[in-house]
Formats: sequence, structure tokens, C-alpha cells
Amino acid sequence: MSTSRAFARARAEDRAVLLGYLPAGFPDVDGGIEAMRAMVEAGCDAIEVGLPYSDPVMDGPTIQAAAQQALELGFRTSDVLRTVEAVAATGVPTVVMTYWNPVERYGVERFATDLANAGGAGLITPDLTPDYAPEWIAAADERDLDKIFLVAPSSTEERLALTTAASRGFVYATAVMGVTGARAASSDLAGPLVARTRASLAEGRDLPVGVGVGVSTGDQAAEVASYADAVIVGSAFVRTLLDHAGDRAAGLRALSALTAELAEGVRRAPARA
Amino acid sequence: MSTPTGTTRPTRWAADDQGWFGDTAGQWGGRFMPEALIAALDELDTAWQGALADPAFGREFELLLQNYAGVPSMLYEAHRLSELAGARILLKREDLNHTGAHKIRNVLGQALLTKRMGKKRVIAETGAGQHGVASATAAAYLGLDCTVYMGEVDTERQALNVARMQLLGAEVVPVTSGSRTLKDAINEALRDWVSSVDHTAYLFGTAAGPHPFPSLVLSFVRSIGDEARRQCLELTGALPDVVAACVGGGSNAIGLFAGFLDDDDVAIYGYEPGGDGVETGRHAATIHAGEVGVLHGARTYVLQDDDGQTVESHSISAGLDYPGVGPQHAHLAASGRATYVPVTDKAAMEAMALLSRTEGIIPAIESAHAIAGVVDLARERPGQTILVNLSGRGDKDMGTALEYFGLGRATPVADPQSATAEQQ
Repeated sequence: MSTSRAFARARAEDRAVLLGYLPAGFPDVDGGIEAMRAMVEAGCDAIEVGLPYSDPVMDGPTIQAAAQQALELGFRTSDVLRTVEAVAATGVPTVVMTYWNPVERYGVERFATDLANAGGAGLITPDLTPDYAPEWIAAADERDLDKIFLVAPSSTEERLALTTAASRGFVYATAVMGVTGARAASSDLAGPLVARTRASLAEGRDLPVGVGVGVSTGDQAAEVASYADAVIVGSAFVRTLLDHAGDRAAGLRALSALTAELAEGVRRAPARA
Repeated sequence: MSTPTGTTRPTRWAADDQGWFGDTAGQWGGRFMPEALIAALDELDTAWQGALADPAFGREFELLLQNYAGVPSMLYEAHRLSELAGARILLKREDLNHTGAHKIRNVLGQALLTKRMGKKRVIAETGAGQHGVASATAAAYLGLDCTVYMGEVDTERQALNVARMQLLGAEVVPVTSGSRTLKDAINEALRDWVSSVDHTAYLFGTAAGPHPFPSLVLSFVRSIGDEARRQCLELTGALPDVVAACVGGGSNAIGLFAGFLDDDDVAIYGYEPGGDGVETGRHAATIHAGEVGVLHGARTYVLQDDDGQTVESHSISAGLDYPGVGPQHAHLAASGRATYVPVTDKAAMEAMALLSRTEGIIPAIESAHAIAGVVDLARERPGQTILVNLSGRGDKDMGTALEYFGLGRATPVADPQSATAEQQ
């Protein structure tokens, strides 16, 4: 199920998509599934399942800590597929976000097949750009999987065009120059990046732009939702679970409350551009 | 991987313009990096290509190496070691360079590029601390701000180099994530770079990482091989039968090897850190025991588990303690042009003592791996000429040597008479 379904539904309601991220295997595999289901129930339109990796160069301390915990508990690549299957069963589009080496090691074709069979929508690839991705692009196209590549404030017009042309489902705008992590202030780079990304689309092409910018509150979500097609939230969810490490029930309640606040935020946004 | 078209390469050993080494594009190297860093890598690539084409840059670099770094380093015939090993062993004395290792060549080249790009700050990762010291040195020389990321484990075993960097004005940041060694220092430097890229250059310490770093670093260290080739011809009237070097990330090795890649009769040997022995799993012999994967932006051999998670490497030598290796070495290994052999910690430490006692030269433990390797190789190649890169000096390793050999306590003879009696 492509993520485009979530975008179509949100557009019908004239609002942005809320896309929530958690790494698989955190706090453990079943606990992660339970947490992601709670996020769906409380208002996430789509879920991004992270694949914990030993060398996450784009992640800040919060997501690093969660990934390390998952790996220490013996996380395996097959666990991400089990997680996708369980979350996709709720009916929301579910994508995997992964650094490239685990996919390459699993086998690109084999991973694509197993991801599709698990009901996964596609892959977000933070360290794989389209110009180095012919094998993944072929495997994804064969199975109608979303190829979600990233754009950044430093991307040139030429690279924006290259990236949006190769993307399917949506394109992921990392709207701060820096690693993942919740941020108090909003980025003044985000709005212009979204506009430039849209301008790079081939004529007549409609590709949603999701924005990851360290959102952690409903107000921030509302602001980002005023110019983006999806508000992507990761570190704030992970932080919530880390803060309630000793009490899972309380962690889930806090997670649901945060989701509800963010979901309200994406619905509160003023008339969208 | 499919083959991009329209690429050019000067020789079969060099990368194409997407950074691929090997007969098929997609085989080794490439650029597996976040989009946020692509513009910076492109900017670096463009500045580097411009510098290569600019004779003024070449002259400035050469003069700086001569007048500041003490390059060209000499080629030294190790007579006593040769006699003992049964082959003619020549040492390329990179240990005599300013800051004590080959690293200064790479760093001065990259720092000049930084200046050319108009950036005011450099960051670097370091394992043993040699690249960090070299970076701090170049930054001091050119008036740049410098931050060095170093695994916490390495800051402990190389405290002297931490002090050197600090004295040179650099900020040394201990890295506490992951295995707290070189690979994690690279991760942290990349995280810094993604936030600071508009005013900061990343001085990558070895011929690995995303394109253009493997080729760029090679361009600054290949003078090692060019000098050695010329010096060997002058000294012996012929090319060596073998060239050899230790391989961690592989910059000293690729610098030497590059001078001989097209000399088909010259055998090439790289010595990898075998740690406690490859069979124990505690080693960093990436080519010998790793699998093909992607680490720090390049497809190469990687020490990894069945799921592609990087496995922690082990070596007594911090400078070789890395679970990846430069992609050009992967290409040389896979194509059979070079042979890579693991050398254990124990063999390296014995070679450190051996070179110290036979030649009066205390090598870095990194370089001692190559000494151990060629002493062994000499048995198969009696009488042949073996040219070894003595990539660094051992001063920084005295703490390790002290502990390993139980040195540091002077041993006066308490009763000279009883000592005499024992001898009788």
C-alpha cells in the first residue's frame, strides 16, 4: 500500500499527513509494535519503522540511544519485517527507514520481496541517493514500492530535480542542516526548501513533500503543516518512550497523548498553500 | 549494480568520475552519503579537480612538503635486518616526516584545499592520533580552527597525542558512542559536518570514505610511491621485487602502492591487523576476513555480522583498528593485483622490538605489522629486494610498549659478584 493513500485521505480533509517514526525493536520488538499501533490509534496517518544500525551517521543522540538499545537486545533485520507486517495490518501505510548496508547485506531483491510481502509501502533511504541506487530503484519499481529519497537545504536545483524524479510516494525534506533531534525553534530553511522542491517537479507531476524538522509539539506541527504535505516526527516519540523507560503503560499513554496533540496540530493549520 | 555510462578513468586502477573502482561500476567505492552532504562533496571534488589542474597549487604543495614536512623522506637500506631476514630490505622513512608519519602529506594537501575553498574551520577523526596531530599541525600552520574527534578508548591509549593536539591549539572531542574507537569518531565527525558544512572542511584521514575522498587522499600521498620508485632505482639500479605496507584504512599503503601498480613484476603486499589472531574473531583484518558491504560511504570489505551491522574490530594498534578499508584496496585484493595478509598483535610487537634492536629505529606499531610481514615473506623470497613503508615512528606507542614488554624500570645489578658467579 503506497503512502499516497495517506496523502489522498489527508488532502480530502485539506490537511497534512502526520507521519510517525519509531525504530523497530525498541524498547523491544513487541513493545515497539505496541507503541506504533498506539500511534496509529491516536492519529498517525502513516508509520515509519526504523531499522536500527550500528553506525547511524544522520541520527542525533536520542535515536542513537534507542537503536543501540534495540541492537543490544539482539535486534535482527527480520524483526523489522515482522514489525512492518503488524503495523501495516492496522491499515495505515508503513514504510521502513534504513541505512543502506543492512539492506545490501540482506540482499536488495530479497529485502524488497519480503518488505512487499509484509505489506510494507516502501523505503526511506537516508544514505542512498538516486544516482547510486540503480539496484534499489529497479527492485522497487518491479514491486510498486515507494522510493522515498531525501532532499536537503544544501541540495542544488539540479539535485532536487534528480531526486524528485526518482522518488515515489513522497519526497523527504530534511529541513535543518544537522542530525535528527527535537528542536525548540523552527527552521527558516524548511519553507523555502519545500517551495524549491515543488518547483523542481516535472510539469503535471504531483509528489507530496514531507518535512522532518525536529517537531515535538502541536504548535510546531501546525506551523509545518501550513506549508508541507506531511509532518514527520521521530525523536519526540523516541524521547517519550525513553523518558518512561521504567513504566511501559505510562510510556504508551504519553505516546498517545503526544500523537493526539500532533494530530490536532496538523488539522489546525491555516489555509494551506 | 548497473553501469553508469560516460565515465572516464585514467588507468584501470583509478576510480571513474562517480568514484567506482573495479572493472564494473558499482563494484567498489562510490558515494553512499546523506543528500545533505552531497553538495559539500561536490564542492570538494570541484575544488580538488581545479587544484590538480592548477600548477600554482602543485608548486605550493610541493614546497610546503619540502620546507615544512621534510619530504621527500629517505629510502634507507636496513642492513642488519636484511642480513637477519635473508632479503634486501629497504625502508621508506615516513617516520622522519614532520609529526612522525605519512599523514602530514594528506593533511597539508587537504588543508591547502580548505584555504582554496575559503573555509575557516577543519574537523578530523583520528584513531592513533597521528592524523589528528597532523590535522592540528596543518591547522596551526594555516591559521584554521580545528576540532578532532577521537574515540574515548583511543584517547586513553594515546593520551600523549591528545596532549599534542591540545598544545597545537585543537579541540579534542572524546567520542563515547558505539565502540568508542575510530569508526565512531568518523560517525561523529560526519554528524558535525552535516551541521557545519558551509564553513567547515572535513579532513578525512585515510583513503576511504565517500567519493572523492579515496581518490583525493591518494592524490596527496601518492608521492610516497613516486619517490620510493625513483629512490629505489637510484639505490639499486632496479625496481624492488616487492613493495609492502600495513593497511588499516590504507592511506600509507595506497600511497606507496600507487607508484608500482603498473609495474607488473613488482609484487604488492598489504599487512592487515590480525589482533589476537583471525580465528579468535578479535582482529581488524578487514580484507582477509570481512564481507562486501557499505561503510562510511563506500562499498568495500567490512567486518560485519549476518545482518550488516558493523562488528567491533580489535588491534593493539589504534591506527589500524578499523572495521572497513579503502575501496581501492578492495579492488586490488579482488583483482589479485595485491595480496593482503593478517599479522597478529604479538608478531607486530616482536617486530617493533626487532627493528629497534637491529636498526636503532623504533617504528609505530602500525608500521611494525609491515616489518613483521616482510621478515616472514623474506623466507619465501630469499635475496629479493623488499621495499617497506615505515609509515610512522613509535614514540606515541611507548605507553603500549612499556606495558607489553614490561619496560620502564631500570634494573641495576644489586651484587656484581653474584652476577659474575652466575655467568661462570
